[in-house]
Amino acid sequence: MQKVTIEPVTRVEGHGKVTIHLDDNLNVAQTRLHIVEFRGFERFVQGRPYWEAPVLVQRLCGICPVSHHLAAAKALDVIVGAGTGHGLTATGEKMRRLMHYGQMFQSHSLHFFHLSAPDFLLGYDSDPATRNVVGLAVKFPELATKAVLMRKFGQEVIHFTAGKKIHGTGAIPGGINKNLPIEERDILLKGADPLNIDTMIQWAYDAVQLFKDYYMNNKEFVDNFAHFPSNHFSLVRKDGALDFYHGVLRAVDAEGKRILDDVDYQDYNHYIEEEVRSWSYMKFPYLKHIGKENGWYRVGPLARLNTCDFIPSKLAQQEFELYKAHTNGKPNNYCLHTHWARLIELLHAGEVIKELLLDPDLQKDDLVIKGTKLHKGVGLIEAPRGTLFHHYEINDNDQITLANLIVSTTNNNEPMNRSVNYVAKKMMTGQSQITEPMKNAVEIAIRAYDPCLSCATHAMGQMPLDIKLFNVNGEIVDHYRS
Amino acid sequence: MSEKIKFTIDGKEIEAEKGQLLVEVAAENGIYIPVLCHWKGVHPAGSCRICTVKINGRFMASCTTPVDANMVVESNTPEIQDLRKAIIEMLFVEGNHFCPSCEKSGDCDLQGLGYRYQMMVPRFPYAFERRELEASTPKIFLEKNRCIFCKRCVRMIKDEEGRSYFAFKGRGKHLEINLDTKLAEHMSEENARLAMKICPVGAILRKEVGFETPIGKRKYDHVPIGSEIENLQN
Ligand code: SF4
Repeated sequence: MQKVTIEPVTRVEGHGKVTIHLDDNLNVAQTRLHIVEFRGFERFVQGRPYWEAPVLVQRLCGICPVSHHLAAAKALDVIVGAGTGHGLTATGEKMRRLMHYGQMFQSHSLHFFHLSAPDFLLGYDSDPATRNVVGLAVKFPELATKAVLMRKFGQEVIHFTAGKKIHGTGAIPGGINKNLPIEERDILLKGADPLNIDTMIQWAYDAVQLFKDYYMNNKEFVDNFAHFPSNHFSLVRKDGALDFYHGVLRAVDAEGKRILDDVDYQDYNHYIEEEVRSWSYMKFPYLKHIGKENGWYRVGPLARLNTCDFIPSKLAQQEFELYKAHTNGKPNNYCLHTHWARLIELLHAGEVIKELLLDPDLQKDDLVIKGTKLHKGVGLIEAPRGTLFHHYEINDNDQITLANLIVSTTNNNEPMNRSVNYVAKKMMTGQSQITEPMKNAVEIAIRAYDPCLSCATHAMGQMPLDIKLFNVNGEIVDHYRS
Repeated sequence: MSEKIKFTIDGKEIEAEKGQLLVEVAAENGIYIPVLCHWKGVHPAGSCRICTVKINGRFMASCTTPVDANMVVESNTPEIQDLRKAIIEMLFVEGNHFCPSCEKSGDCDLQGLGYRYQMMVPRFPYAFERRELEASTPKIFLEKNRCIFCKRCVRMIKDEEGRSYFAFKGRGKHLEINLDTKLAEHMSEENARLAMKICPVGAILRKEVGFETPIGKRKYDHVPIGSEIENLQN
């Protein structure tokens, strides 16, 4: 008899699926996090006119579509001969930056306030029924208001640069389709309190302090939760500064040694390989020259603050120095410090938005630049969740013939699996049932990476989880589903 | 000397020259009758039927009907509104209209009518036709899946010798718009612009300029389709 498995059906669920296998002695033999990402977009952009890609492909995601929009546009800049990011006009480049930092601001504040703060402020072990943004609003109403308004502000920035809060059209190959008129600029710069950039920066700063306070009181828990060494990977500006929009590829190992030294991302496939594993739809990327076993890496806020040398804005740099001092300047491998790093990035995004708003280049009319056309272009960007790759090839008729996307969550596939493995070993060994602390721990471990399955997260902020526990014979002995 | 006549549209008395096209007289009087195939000054085709009205109790296309004395025209009635909505729905299911990534979005007459007639879900099943794209000429990208067979391009876009760049091919279910690729090798910039402009949907696209108009500056971003005519009266 043949075994038929129709797995893609499970895709619609949007659950974080975890399987744990125990051996004879109830030790954890194997864990797996199954994230199902259906990447049909790579197929259905084929044949389409290339200029459609930034608008079409952003539909992959409703949380950070701007990242896809911009990564695609950057790849197409190369195709239309506008260079790899620095070739754009000042207005084109800066408008796109503003859009991107606006997105960082809204996405990071969403993540922190809506998804993680309930864990911190209400307690990881508090009742799951109220451990959400609504519970937070009841206990800390002021904070909940900030959460909503910070997100709104970021979305307003996107609206003025992309034309719409979600799924806009601002970035076009070789530049941008609009500038920022003074009236729009002033809404962001001098809007009535609290919706103006100065208040936003202040609130972002407060959020960093909030996390530090929490950390001081819960040091042991935070430092010991899913702490494991890894490589770290991101774009950095040519001079080593933190940069979300453009740069060169850098990777460091757990000790801080450079293992990828500021290379041009047009050649990313010389350095990165994607491994396919039979049990997962999502690939496992790794650094080619180091190999499958040890070449995997983390991306996202934690990784970015490990690869960059400094942050090019005042307040965020001060916070960065304190943060770095904690690990004596070495890479930070503490999983939960990702939240700390994310908030420093939030602060930085606010500061950069202000700097851009004050820049008169945004009111100029020189929006698009084009040069000699090429057939291939790669665009990388630091999305809120980490490095995002878009690679397109076109034919002589301007149709896309190939698209390859590596999304941030794919880059974090291995580390997320490691984190789940870490907590499972710690909490399941000797257990024959899925315990409450185990559920929480798995959720927290996954959430630190802010994976794209958050698209499927309930509005209440509770992560839909599906955990199966198998015995040595492969039989399910316990099954938990939220 | 042309003869002046009087007739009514939805009870409103209108004076016009005998023989003028009903759809144009209506427009001059601030009454919007939707069109997809008609273009003022071009010989009418009567192919899309979206301008259907009832004249003395009979359904007729207002783009091909000359006005005459004492005609009683019904246009803005629930029956006709629903009929037009049905035609819009039919056009949507017959092609592949994916507005979210179409560069004509916001400037598209079919989409504009979809909004104006509040189309939610089509009452007909999708046909999921699959037609090849024609991308091989330098100026134009022809997205055949979006063509609604209005024939504007066939009637209007011609070279200096009067030859049409566009033509229909096939019949019935297999009907599709085609581009004379040899002729189109030398299509002027002006013709390419005009072709994209007159196409009521996103079937004819100029190459490499997609999405240059920002959201907010597109034709129907702030006002519904037809308001340019209705505002004449106000
Ligand atoms: S391509 Fe456009 S203009 Fe030509 S027939 Fe089709 S819909 Fe009409």
